[in-house]
Amino acid sequence: MSQPESAVADAQAGGRAPESLAALAERYGLRRAIARPSLPAYLRQLWDRRHFILTYATSRNVSKYSESALGQLWQVLTPLLNAAVYWLMFGVILAQSKRIENYPAFLITGVMVFTFTQRTVTGGAKSISANLSLIRALHFPRAALPLAYAIQELQLLGWSMGVLIVLVLVTGEPITWLWLLIPVSLLMQMVFNIGVSLFMARIGAFVRDMNQLLPFILRTWLYASGVFYSINDKTRNLPDLLRWALEFNPAAAYIEFMRDLLIYQRFPERWAWTTCLFWAVFALIIGFWYFWRAEERYGRG
Amino acid sequence: MAELTQESLSEERPKVAVGTPTVIVDDLHIMYKVYGAASEAEKGNAANALMRVLRRQGRPQMKEVHAVRGVSFVAHHGEAIGIIGRNGSGKSTLLRAIAGLLPPHKGAVYTNGQPSLLGVNAALMKELTGERNIVLGCYAMGMSPAEVREKYDDIVDFSGIGEFVQFPMSTYSSGMGARLRFAISSAKTHDVLLIDEALATGDRDFKRKSQDRIMEMRESAGTVFLVAHNLDVIEETCNRVIWLHKGKIKMEGDPQEVLEAYNKA
Repeated sequence: MSQPESAVADAQAGGRAPESLAALAERYGLRRAIARPSLPAYLRQLWDRRHFILTYATSRNVSKYSESALGQLWQVLTPLLNAAVYWLMFGVILAQSKRIENYPAFLITGVMVFTFTQRTVTGGAKSISANLSLIRALHFPRAALPLAYAIQELQLLGWSMGVLIVLVLVTGEPITWLWLLIPVSLLMQMVFNIGVSLFMARIGAFVRDMNQLLPFILRTWLYASGVFYSINDKTRNLPDLLRWALEFNPAAAYIEFMRDLLIYQRFPERWAWTTCLFWAVFALIIGFWYFWRAEERYGRG
Repeated sequence: MAELTQESLSEERPKVAVGTPTVIVDDLHIMYKVYGAASEAEKGNAANALMRVLRRQGRPQMKEVHAVRGVSFVAHHGEAIGIIGRNGSGKSTLLRAIAGLLPPHKGAVYTNGQPSLLGVNAALMKELTGERNIVLGCYAMGMSPAEVREKYDDIVDFSGIGEFVQFPMSTYSSGMGARLRFAISSAKTHDVLLIDEALATGDRDFKRKSQDRIMEMRESAGTVFLVAHNLDVIEETCNRVIWLHKGKIKMEGDPQEVLEAYNKA
């Protein structure tokens, strides 16, 4: 099967007055294969891939537990066991509970809320480096990967929240109208998580040691976020600036917000709203911008 | 390039309509870094790693590979171009560069639309059923839900895996897996299609079928690039062959001539 098209093609290309290939490309409107899309175009591309992002997240969750005997039941068992371990350590053995009213609910709310951020950030940091083969084979806006990891964690969070709400009811807290604000709180936290995990995705993609270091950073953050103790109690005697810094900690803000709704039955203060909203918006804008800036470099080199 | 055009100029011009250029590769150089590959004495243990850090030696044995060294050609609408060459001659690297997945060290690749590599393997998950993987793979290639619904039956039919589509892909034989992967990845039409050894799998019937599919895609797609070790496939499918040797074009043109020369070498 020998078709002579190519010969003609070359003859045509060469037959004209000598023309550089770059000029030829320009004449036919061909563009360089590697270029970063503008931010609005990038957002549009990402929106076009929303089905991929959702399906990828769901698929990862389904495949994650498919090897174990209990299967999808682990989505509920994991948060339950987590809560049990922390309750045993800090509620029974270290006996924090005497100073804080309804300590089990206090603790488990903190653990669940913090775990949501922790897992999303950990996943985000790996989302590029663990999917190099995918990145090297297909074209799609790379932010789809950290987003899919975040949505995967959101799906898991659904189960954790179920467990949390049951436990809070069991410990004797009533259902109030404030519970309607739970989705709002989670939404703000989710937006914050996405921002941070986009930021960490870029760092994790280029700083190969980040995935080893990240658990330590996250554990420090955990201890600084008032998961096991009440930040208000501990910071009462600290200088203003330090207290302000500790209370401005985003993880602590989201935890306290959720405790207000579930345990203290009070409408979160304006300070809490401001902090939570600020972190969500700030993290998303910075994280997205920072991730997008390196778009054309992921999966290379 | 100059040499090649000279050659083709001297030939007679057959009267076939030629498409517009779809891919222009202009003096392309690709270099990439390889980590690891340390000598026996330096291989990874903690003490050695610490010594390296203390001596400020950086990563062990980072090597630069100059995989493509100054390749130029123009591909046109309606062409199927086979790329041949020994292992390590830069074939796959060239494909990836055309796909825009590797940045040029020097030179440039100009394309019309987005060239796509045929292959969704990396997006599929072996623990999931064939059914889910079809949907996932189609989305990964950028299809819309309507397109996925439209193509779904085609994909199952073409792969010929029948009711296995309900089972996890980890239970498939390697042939079945390869067939499903090919069926998924060839479901989308592309402007410029890049195929890397995709035809080497499956039994004879399926090879036949997939070659027909490639032909079809070649008609609907503008341009097809094909990398394969199986020269028969190249000869049957392509109307132009580029022979890469150590990152450079050694010969280029009519499949029969190039393949003949290649076989002699």
